[in-house]
Amino acid sequence: MTMVQAIGAALHDAMAADDRVVVFGEDVGRQGGVFRVTDGLQGTYGEQRCFDTPLAESGIVGAAIGMALRGFRPVPEIQFDGFTYPAFDQVATHLAKYRSRTRGLVRMPVTIRVPSFGAIGSPEHHSESTETYWAHTAGLKVVVPSTPADAYSLLRDSIECDDPVMFLEPKRRYWAKEDVDRAARREPIGTAVVRRPGDTVTVVTYGGLVGVALEAATLAAEEHGWDVEVVDLRSLVPLDIDTVAASVARTGRCVVLHEGPRTLGMGAEIAARLQEEVFWDLEAPILRATGFDTPYPPTRLEGDWLPGVDRLLDTVERSLSYDHA
Amino acid sequence: MADLIIDEVALEPIQLIAPDGHPTPHHGLDPTSVVDRLPAMYRAMVATRGVDEEMVNLQRQGQLALYPPCAGQEAAQVGCATALRDTDWLFPQYRELGAFLVRGIDPGGVGLSWRGTWNGGLGFVERCVAPICIAIGTNTLHAVGAAMASTWLGDGGVTVAFIGDGGTSEGDVHEALNLAAVQQAPCIVFVQNNGWAISTPTHDQYRAPSLAHRAIGYGMPGVRVDGNDVAACHMVVAEAAERARRGDGPTLVEAVTYRMGPHTTSDDPTRYRSEGEVATWRALDPITRCEAFLRHVGAWDDTLAEEAASHAADLRRSLRDAVYDAPDGPATEVFEHVFAEPTPELLRQRDELAAELEREG
Ligand SMILES: Cc1ncc(C[n+]2csc(CCOP(=O)(O)OP(=O)(O)O)c2C)c(N)n1
Repeated sequence: MTMVQAIGAALHDAMAADDRVVVFGEDVGRQGGVFRVTDGLQGTYGEQRCFDTPLAESGIVGAAIGMALRGFRPVPEIQFDGFTYPAFDQVATHLAKYRSRTRGLVRMPVTIRVPSFGAIGSPEHHSESTETYWAHTAGLKVVVPSTPADAYSLLRDSIECDDPVMFLEPKRRYWAKEDVDRAARREPIGTAVVRRPGDTVTVVTYGGLVGVALEAATLAAEEHGWDVEVVDLRSLVPLDIDTVAASVARTGRCVVLHEGPRTLGMGAEIAARLQEEVFWDLEAPILRATGFDTPYPPTRLEGDWLPGVDRLLDTVERSLSYDHA
Repeated sequence: MADLIIDEVALEPIQLIAPDGHPTPHHGLDPTSVVDRLPAMYRAMVATRGVDEEMVNLQRQGQLALYPPCAGQEAAQVGCATALRDTDWLFPQYRELGAFLVRGIDPGGVGLSWRGTWNGGLGFVERCVAPICIAIGTNTLHAVGAAMASTWLGDGGVTVAFIGDGGTSEGDVHEALNLAAVQQAPCIVFVQNNGWAISTPTHDQYRAPSLAHRAIGYGMPGVRVDGNDVAACHMVVAEAAERARRGDGPTLVEAVTYRMGPHTTSDDPTRYRSEGEVATWRALDPITRCEAFLRHVGAWDDTLAEEAASHAADLRRSLRDAVYDAPDGPATEVFEHVFAEPTPELLRQRDELAAELEREG
């Protein structure tokens, strides 16, 4: 099934398994969401468990907090990444802090689904990388699946998790297909996975760019004989630095790949952590292939702006150019 | 000026021209008093309809990434925009093609934004129109701030925020209305209630008797107007602007109209609304209503139709010319407009991208 179908299936199964799960947001009911992710939920579970809200993101998240306080497990959708900004107040001021504020008495099992990131040719505010805002806000988990099967499993985990989760769905992978075994759960939130083993250099990435990294790795092997290892983080908080560090300790080289602007992006954090963990194993500085420190560009320029196979391979080559032998 | 805007908010929209073109005088006010201005409004509506159609065609041909059609809402937009001075600032959402054309914005400037070579709209701020605003509701506060600035500057300026029925649910809009009332800002919040916010009907959006009724709670006048009646929209906004210029503060105007097409070119309205509903509104077309009225009062002239059609055709052609094969521009340009002076880091990143693009040829 596609990632859209896998996420829809996860919502269906979560709602069937637990009647405290409620799904709501703009256009999620009658229309089944602008990407059809929530298609059929209202028909199956009724209008109390899947409903359209007025156009108000702060309201959507704020109301989810109240529902969670009374024992429900809300799974709100914010229609696009750039429209999480009006909701930022409720997420940062309250959602992320309720547990610590109440010394653990109140749980916030809220999973905010956000169709995220770029590369689908959309207008302004439809392609933003918001992950570091959330990762920088203590008390939130941040999950970014890259495949349909992971999306299914990680979303089920997120909904069952007693803490708030920002579930960022890479739109450019929405139509990617994969067999999904709904009976089997995969690794829980907080575990990275090696998508392609290799021993020349480690590429660390997540979400929509995992596909780009794998494509680049295939090309690199064919054209240069470089054996690129690709690590998919899957969740940014918690960050499975052990898996990354083990990989980099073996390869001695690391390139972090992400769409968001470079400054203070995930690459900055990963580079700092690796430097603390595996300094003596490094053969080269940890490098980054990223978006730039500009607003996300207009549609026709996003192909040049976004990090792709070429930018990644250039960066890999730069990493390999450090040679101490 | 007759009192169209009164302290009590009436549910029945103000209408000066009935759907069949007969005048329906309201509070003693007769649409014949604007009859000399109607041909220009008719022409602007025909231009809007034509350019809108061309935008949809261009999107279907893959020339535009996306487009939100405005067919059906011409009277609301044109009636409103023609009631203002060229120096009054407009704060649009994204569906206000009629207002853009009234301001003389080149259709190509609008088209290129939807093509995705610019964000926001080209040639807008030069004509006192804020850029297209995709983040719904956020523009209303800008209109209030700009209106306050007009008061401080003493320039007699009025600002108009365009918002949809859905958009009125955003928190920012409540803050804007309240601030405007408290400051008595010379601002008009012009709601185009077109029945739907993507797939969400007004019944799921608000439960007030009307959106104009909200004005009561903020302490400002609210008025409902037939959004398919260009004369009524024009006169209501003219009166609201006059009140604002006099120092009598903001007005909330709700234009009751209908979105004839899909929300955007990527939307499929058959999933949520009925053909019957669309047909009902098609019969209320604002352009044919304007024509019928002009005929009724003997002010119609066949050359007007021809002249309006040829003007629309010119604009369509200029849109096509602007859009077809328009260059995307150099990707490195995105670095030029982040700050007044690029930081050293931005310059480094610009050079990096330039080198990368050169390597890739
Ligand atoms: C803050 C924000 N949230 C969500 C969206 C996605 N969105 C785009 S248009 C739309 C519906 C708007 O309806 P309405 O305000 O009635 O205006 P209309 O499009 O009907 O003119 C939504 C939900 C957005 N653009 N901005």
